[in-house]
Amino acid sequence: MEAHVWREMGLKDNEYARVVELLGREPNYLEIGIFAVMWSEHCCYKTSKPILRLFPTEGPAVLQGPGENAGIIDIGDGQAVVFKMESHNHPSAIEPYQGAATGVGGIIRDVFTMGARPIACLDSLRFGAIDNDKTRHLVHGVVAGIAGYGNAIGIPTVGGEIYFHPSYQGNPLVNAMCVGLIEHTGIAKGIAAGEGNPVMVVGARTGRDGIHGATFASVELSEESEEKRSAVQVGDPFMEKLLLEACLELIKTGAVVGIQDMGAAGFTSSACEMASRGDSGMELELALVPRREEGMTPYEIMLSESQERMLVVPKAGMEAKVTEIFDKWGLEAVVVGKVTADGMMRLKEDGVVVAEIPAKALTDNAPVYHNPDSEPEYYQRNKNIDLSQFELGCDGNQALLQLLASPNLASKEWVYRQYDHQVGANTVILPGSDAAVIRVRGTAKGIAVTTDCNSRYVYLDPYKGGALAVAEAARNLVCAGAKPLGVTDCLNFGNPEKPDIFWQFKQACMGVADACRALQTPVTGGNVSLYNETNGVAILPTPTIGMVGLVEDLAQRMTQDFKQVGDTILVIGALAGSLAGSEYLSLLHGVEAGDLAAVDLAYEQKVQDFVLAQIKQGRINSAHDCAEGGLAVAIAESCFAGELGVKLSLPASDHVASLLFGEAPTRFVVSATAANSASILSRANELGIKAWQVGTVQGESVQIEVNRTLAIDCSVKELKQVWRNALPDLLA
Amino acid sequence: MKFGVVVFPGSNCDADCFHAVQDLGHPVEYIWHKDLDLKGSDCIILPGGFSYGDYLRTGAIARFSPVMEQVISFAQNGGLVIGICNGFQVLLECGLLPGAMLRNDILQFRCQDSWLRVENTSTPFTNLMHAGQVLRVPIAHGEGNYFIEPEGLLQLEAQGQVLFRYVNQAGQVTPEANPNGSVGNIAGICNATGNVLGMMPHPERCVDELLGGAHGKLIFQSIVAWFERR
Repeated sequence: MEAHVWREMGLKDNEYARVVELLGREPNYLEIGIFAVMWSEHCCYKTSKPILRLFPTEGPAVLQGPGENAGIIDIGDGQAVVFKMESHNHPSAIEPYQGAATGVGGIIRDVFTMGARPIACLDSLRFGAIDNDKTRHLVHGVVAGIAGYGNAIGIPTVGGEIYFHPSYQGNPLVNAMCVGLIEHTGIAKGIAAGEGNPVMVVGARTGRDGIHGATFASVELSEESEEKRSAVQVGDPFMEKLLLEACLELIKTGAVVGIQDMGAAGFTSSACEMASRGDSGMELELALVPRREEGMTPYEIMLSESQERMLVVPKAGMEAKVTEIFDKWGLEAVVVGKVTADGMMRLKEDGVVVAEIPAKALTDNAPVYHNPDSEPEYYQRNKNIDLSQFELGCDGNQALLQLLASPNLASKEWVYRQYDHQVGANTVILPGSDAAVIRVRGTAKGIAVTTDCNSRYVYLDPYKGGALAVAEAARNLVCAGAKPLGVTDCLNFGNPEKPDIFWQFKQACMGVADACRALQTPVTGGNVSLYNETNGVAILPTPTIGMVGLVEDLAQRMTQDFKQVGDTILVIGALAGSLAGSEYLSLLHGVEAGDLAAVDLAYEQKVQDFVLAQIKQGRINSAHDCAEGGLAVAIAESCFAGELGVKLSLPASDHVASLLFGEAPTRFVVSATAANSASILSRANELGIKAWQVGTVQGESVQIEVNRTLAIDCSVKELKQVWRNALPDLLA
Repeated sequence: MKFGVVVFPGSNCDADCFHAVQDLGHPVEYIWHKDLDLKGSDCIILPGGFSYGDYLRTGAIARFSPVMEQVISFAQNGGLVIGICNGFQVLLECGLLPGAMLRNDILQFRCQDSWLRVENTSTPFTNLMHAGQVLRVPIAHGEGNYFIEPEGLLQLEAQGQVLFRYVNQAGQVTPEANPNGSVGNIAGICNATGNVLGMMPHPERCVDELLGGAHGKLIFQSIVAWFERR
């Protein structure tokens, strides 16, 4: 075989040599194609694996950790949540609608293939600078794609994030998360076992779309990427809705040994992974695979990423049951092969063997790289910039109005009003608060969900930034009245072969791992998306954290908005922030620098536990995580829903900008009656938790006094209008 | 009284409708789109969703489902039928209700609260409401821009067939309160005989204060009250 063949498929020369060694012979074209996708970063995590081992993945409530289609965490009463997040960045970069839509479709399949009914989706999005036609095109396309798929299939899209930064200009991020609900007894797995059991393809027919999608996801984008548009799949949410109902009905019958979504790398990965997990082999007759067009080669069938397909291994003799259920839903279910005991992936076309590979060679024997890492030159330089020079250059009102109009802080209503966030009639806390909450019907419980990552923090200090992302996600859940349970992550970075990028990756993962360990939120799965670069320039490192939590009693759920005039406003955890990495510094001074405050994880855990306990005891009327934009922005956000004003008097400060707009971990803004405030303050004091009484809910303006002058005095109506209109105006 | 919820391939509010009436204490059963009988239902609900993917045109394929023949003759014999969102679109396509549905004038899907003014309280669907009452009911659709030609509109208005209109919180009909461009701010209509209701907003999503409101209950309770008085 000539070297250009495997090189064009993304394999390195040493990897080709490894293939030859594993097979004991030269591979044929089909075989090398299969190795190329299975050994792509997207499928086998060859560079990330050693780092991913840092994550805590176990805990008393973890029913399924990494390695399956999705993670599972117990919520009691025989029920569990199933959840996973995945990226669809490169497809969305060149075909935003279908790229995002199929990202949603793929993650939903990962959840229902476990036997769970999906109850919510979230989408964490990153785009380039907003004042750019291409960005607006991508935003409109991605949001419409998420809406088009999620609304039609009927799963509420309840949350997520959207941030804008020039580093994502050519390489936007679309990270889709799905959460499902399952009975412990109904868990299905992606496993092929039991010699002689049939292998069935169910759902959509196989076409020529999406060939080499997984490989495409594992290379940098460039001018030529537009030509790879054929690697982008096309979604059909109607087909997936039928597939969802049929699969859940089938799994309930108990006829299934294993079932897996045909996602990235299609038939190839689902077959190999199922066989490998079951220590089995598989023999497939490709001529039996239902296809959309004639003349497809075995190579095309194995590499197609046509959507809305699943691979099912039922118990022998249950084929007719499978067909009957799929027939009811108007879907095809066809036996294409059987499980074997010899551990080989044996593919035939009309009875002739066209490929023969040990399943484990494709999975367990995939190469693992320990890439070199080195601290980038920018790291120390940015740390050492003196930030005290960036004091308020304008009056406080102006700064606050500008921050609220920043697309990163402004209301995201323009996005979520396009998503059906209420279908299912279980959305108890709607998008727009710290975390959304979904009711678990038949119980008093709710599932709180959020995604979080401040990539500017991660860029400035990957370790601290990674830990901060986890801590903030947990704070968001606590603000909804939920106990954080577990994490799925989507690790979006540049080219890991560059030492400074690999350093970012490694440091960020160490931060995520330490925070997950401290906050007892194990990582149950996720996805790695590397090579997010355009013409050699990497995105800001973005380890998106998806977190689920449990609201034990929905009567104790909490939102961020102030509820009643006269309530006392408290700041719990920390008061002043730092300008390092702040939205204020970036937006008003055009500077992204500073030495981030480290998150004290033990203190973070203590403060979170304290706030959650106060919420559950009914002492708190509102709770809001004080994050991007600092204290003034958090206060303003809490004013908006009820259109209530506040009067605050903050302790004296020699740096007003840091006090009002500085950012810090471990900070909550809560409101409570005067009587409850007193007991909250005294209890905090006993526990060694810092807390300040800063003002009251009153009037129709946000008034914040610092050093005996009103630093901010602006009507809530004006602030809200600016905050609400910013995104629609910027995206018009 | 018993409710039946029709399930088309692609329906996605079927379970929500099922639970809404079940939670109110009424018997309810799903009716598969290939079923040829209505299982003794006294009121048929055509739920929201994307029946047949809304391919071709919203509701255009669902009207040919085998069950629709039964639904049509049930309605023609005075049976109660309520079509919500996609169900409304199906009722328009099969001719049980007049008019047609266009894409929202803003050309985007909209999921948000809407305020509805009750325009006629002497129907099976509104008899527990008072005239001019303002209900808060969420919408979620991309094609809810109701259209009917001027003569048809006059007739609808004259015969009291407009049951719900989009208004602001104060109950006024304004262009800003119209989320999709519907003619006359129309959110829901009934047929001339008053036994078939089609509406774009989702009453089944607001039957519990936990979900932010319970105005939707009034519609289901009205149906039951009407049926029991009959």
